[in-house]
Amino acid sequence: MGDFSAEVVSHIDRNYVMDLLKKGERIDGRALDQYRPIEVQVDVVPAKADGSCIVKLGNTSVIAGIKVLVGEPYPDTPDEGVTMISAEMAPIASPMFEAGPPKEDAIELARVVDRGVRESETVDAKALCIEAGKKVYMVFVDIYPLEHDGNLIDASSIASNVAMMTTTFPEMKIEDKELVPSGRLMKIPIKNLAVECTIAKIGTSLVIDPILKEEFVQDCRLTMAIDQNDNLTAMQKGGGIGPISMKQIEGAIDMAIERSKDIRKITEDAVKSVK
Amino acid sequence: MSPETRPDFLINPEGLRLDGRRPDELRKIELECGVLKTADGSASIRQGKTYILAAVYGPRELHPRHLALNDRAYLRCVYRMATFSVPDRKRAAPSRREREISMVMGNALEPALFLEEFPKAVVDVFIQVIQADGGTRCASITAASLALADAGIPMRSLVPAVAVGKADGKLVLDLGDEEDKYGQGDIPIAIIPRTEELTLLQQDGSFTREEFLEAIQMGITGCKYIHELQKDALKRAYAKRAPEASEEEEEEDVGTEYEDDLETDLGESEYDDEEEDE
Repeated sequence: MGDFSAEVVSHIDRNYVMDLLKKGERIDGRALDQYRPIEVQVDVVPAKADGSCIVKLGNTSVIAGIKVLVGEPYPDTPDEGVTMISAEMAPIASPMFEAGPPKEDAIELARVVDRGVRESETVDAKALCIEAGKKVYMVFVDIYPLEHDGNLIDASSIASNVAMMTTTFPEMKIEDKELVPSGRLMKIPIKNLAVECTIAKIGTSLVIDPILKEEFVQDCRLTMAIDQNDNLTAMQKGGGIGPISMKQIEGAIDMAIERSKDIRKITEDAVKSVK
Repeated sequence: MSPETRPDFLINPEGLRLDGRRPDELRKIELECGVLKTADGSASIRQGKTYILAAVYGPRELHPRHLALNDRAYLRCVYRMATFSVPDRKRAAPSRREREISMVMGNALEPALFLEEFPKAVVDVFIQVIQADGGTRCASITAASLALADAGIPMRSLVPAVAVGKADGKLVLDLGDEEDKYGQGDIPIAIIPRTEELTLLQQDGSFTREEFLEAIQMGITGCKYIHELQKDALKRAYAKRAPEASEEEEEEDVGTEYEDDLETDLGESEYDDEEEDE
């Protein structure tokens, strides 16, 4: 696909995208509040990872893998396990990504997905404790985009949720001050699943699940994490410097709450498919 | 947290290996071309439980510019393992091992490419190991070479690669993870099949002169088989991508047309080989 000369293309594309949006249409023919087709493959790293999945969101795809290790808790939360989400924008996924240490966008991706999980208390951290102050489970969720055609955040959020919900790992116990496996398998205790929906603001229009070309021309985007009771548990405005009005935020929230139900169902169906 | 213990033997009394293979038998290999849409060329390889993705971008403008070469394109290989691809969680930062493999991969692939056609440009080869179960450097080269062909980079030949090792004192082809860890040696090689010249050669462990030479022969035989799989994967990808063929006959026609393209990419001798095979 070669280089994107983002600057040059986006002026031409912006007019094209805007003209269509004025008629209520999108460049790929979707409705404004319609996600691309979502496909989830579970347990794609069966021999080495404790949980894993690939999520395809149209032409965007990401892989998430989980390792559960045992470590020491943080001093301020001695009886809580740790969940850490990180993302790397590996150059395999896009001509725009470069090799090297994570840049701002990779860090934002990981932090936005991480907040969606953390703030909703998706994982019951207290249930990940083996012995308070000494040993807790540490859940590492690592996300690698494989193909970048926009909206890596939602794809990564679905991937990390499905991977966490399908993870099994050996249960450990402390016997005579030694850490030994109990012989049983454990699942990550899920308390309050939140799904993330991203909406791009382009001119006066709001579109959900923007593709890359829409991201190039968006004024900004709004990512919302929505839990099972339709509460907002995390939000991030990013993807550009454009301001957004209160009225548009309201519109975005309504759209996100509505569509989050579909994403939740897709997530739960994917989890059920392996049970 | 998958605890691993040393198996009692690597070759059982019947002469078979841990996964039931004969000493000179490869693992099951599945190659696929064009698996990543954003890349100019891509391929995936599944070799036993090893699973690797390769993407090629370019030829394209090189950043930073000071790396540019005046007489040819710069081949930049980056080999990375996912944190969850190995038994313990790998640290996210690139290790010395990953850097070294990136370098030897480049050396293994470059002799097969006509990089002099793109001075000052870069051809990027990115490898992501999704699941590592032994033989990742060789599988990476096999997949990267296929991805380069898929990207249309002019090349003399595809480059197949495989490791030969020693387990319980016997030479074995295509080491699995346990054989790599607990065996007595490992020789990864990559070859240009037509000339049988080696483009990758590393060795660790202990081999006698005779053992070593026999091991290389075993590896070359293995590579030649992998080469057939590579050609097959390329043909499958391009027959599949051929524009609308409503009837089967038409599809075959288009298939031949694409094989002609292959000829220019791979050199005439390659095409002749295929003719003979069929």
